[in-house]
Amino acid sequence: MIYNEKVECASKENLKNLQSERLIKTVKYIYEKSPAYKAKFDKLGIVPADIKSIDDITKLPFTPKEDLRDNYPFGLFSSDIKNVAEIHVSSGTTGNPTVVGYTARDLRLWADVAARSIVCAGGKKGDIIQVSYGYGLFTGGLGIHYGALRLGATIIPAATGQTKRQIKLMQDFKPRIVACTPSYILYLAEEMKDLGIDPRTASWEVGIFGSEPWSIAMRDAIDKTLNMTATDIYGLSEICGPGVAQECTYREGLHIWSDVFYPEIIDPVTNQPVPEGQPGELVITTLTKQAIPLIRYRTRDIVSITYETCKCGRTAPRLSKIKGRTDDMIVVRGINVFPTQIEHALLQVDGALPNYQLIVDREENALDKLDVLVEVDEKFFTDELKALENLKAKIKKAIDQTVGLGVNVKLVEPKTLARTEGKSKRVIDKRKLH
Amino acid sequence: MKTINQLSIFIENTKGRLAEVCGLLGENNINIKALTIAETPEFGILRVVLDDAETAKKVLKENNFIATSAPVVAVEVSDTPGGLAKALKVLADNDINLEYMYGFVEKTSEQALMVFKFDNIEKAIEILQKNNISIVEEKVALGK
Repeated sequence: MIYNEKVECASKENLKNLQSERLIKTVKYIYEKSPAYKAKFDKLGIVPADIKSIDDITKLPFTPKEDLRDNYPFGLFSSDIKNVAEIHVSSGTTGNPTVVGYTARDLRLWADVAARSIVCAGGKKGDIIQVSYGYGLFTGGLGIHYGALRLGATIIPAATGQTKRQIKLMQDFKPRIVACTPSYILYLAEEMKDLGIDPRTASWEVGIFGSEPWSIAMRDAIDKTLNMTATDIYGLSEICGPGVAQECTYREGLHIWSDVFYPEIIDPVTNQPVPEGQPGELVITTLTKQAIPLIRYRTRDIVSITYETCKCGRTAPRLSKIKGRTDDMIVVRGINVFPTQIEHALLQVDGALPNYQLIVDREENALDKLDVLVEVDEKFFTDELKALENLKAKIKKAIDQTVGLGVNVKLVEPKTLARTEGKSKRVIDKRKLH
Repeated sequence: MKTINQLSIFIENTKGRLAEVCGLLGENNINIKALTIAETPEFGILRVVLDDAETAKKVLKENNFIATSAPVVAVEVSDTPGGLAKALKVLADNDINLEYMYGFVEKTSEQALMVFKFDNIEKAIEILQKNNISIVEEKVALGK
């Protein structure tokens, strides 16, 4: 099923015309309404009349995340705060948090793209959906909520936490869809096992998982453990929250709703576009937003893109799963390491759960070292020291081969690593690099 | 029952961790009859024979420890010089592989009570019995 066939399956020509028309309007709008953007444009000597089609987008300046922080709280807004219906804030690890706003029309847009995404994942009107993302300032919970409301699904706004109650809600109400982070669904599965419930009996058939990068190996583990179809949703609060892109049931990439969120993939160092299919940083321009339209926003997410029509019939281009972040990539002894690579290696080793943590540290002799902490699981624990040593060696070998870097593997007790109900804290960098 | 249930518990090699496990058993009124630790610099496996392994397993699991059960054999050897050697020679002569062994904490008779872990437990029991080496039943070994 397709929620909005007219745009999701639009011909390339129609899509391009729509994108051009919308970009011209947006540029004109922000030039008039946002002093911060006007200043950026003026600095480059660009006026709205220079933008005649979507192809002219490369003339426009990028918007890095710092622009949002530097203009905290409402400096980058194009709408008067009186016309803003809702505000969301994402936590900042450094300095000011990031504030985004939505007009009533922006909220309708959000509901529309989230509804498209739920249907794209395999949901339909009348389904019961358990929304186990955080509600509140974080966009995850409310975004899916608005989409489900628009679609006409029955919403269980479970939010995060209270794991036992989450399981009871599932058992009693039998939701067909669950939306949460991929690490949280695996956590729920573990809790079910602890309670003596077979996770394969869970009512969830469709999973809409996002807000942290996860690998195909992890998807297979979720499918298998919970007997469901796990799909990837992409979103970021700066653009609108969940519903920017979503996998269809073929799961060959995430359809980005490019009629409203125009994607470009660039080399993060040279800022030049990369060829189709090559990984690079995803840059998004919002084409219809009012409160805080963003031009060429640097997402820092590394993906590739394909414009081929999907088996599902949608022409909406497809993003690969996130291959990493330009900012959570760690460089150890000159080698780029993404946590997703480690995850992939761990899952290749029989029995190793993807709950792990990376600790980067600098030794006294100034050599960087990477420790990989892995939780021991009941499945492979025996009374034999040898068996555990073998496991350790196997994990080490798998990671060394995947990443091309010698690491130290440490086995730790179960449930000792941070396993948050939101984003997992996968990397701890103890080096004093700044 | 010729075999005894041994629990093996995964613990990180950190300060106070062993005390926590033992404390947990103590709080639940579980007595340690025999124990040994196999350790590496990072982690260890605590192997114990307890008077109530079932309860212990449950309590440990509730406290996020990983514990696994394995059958072991309690063997009585003469508490005199060469007593253990005699039993081990019988096993070696009959090609029985002993994975590890350790002693019981308390002594219930003039004999020393040892815990033996074999890879082929049935065969080992058969050989021990054939050679008149006394295997102590679970009930007796645990003082039940």
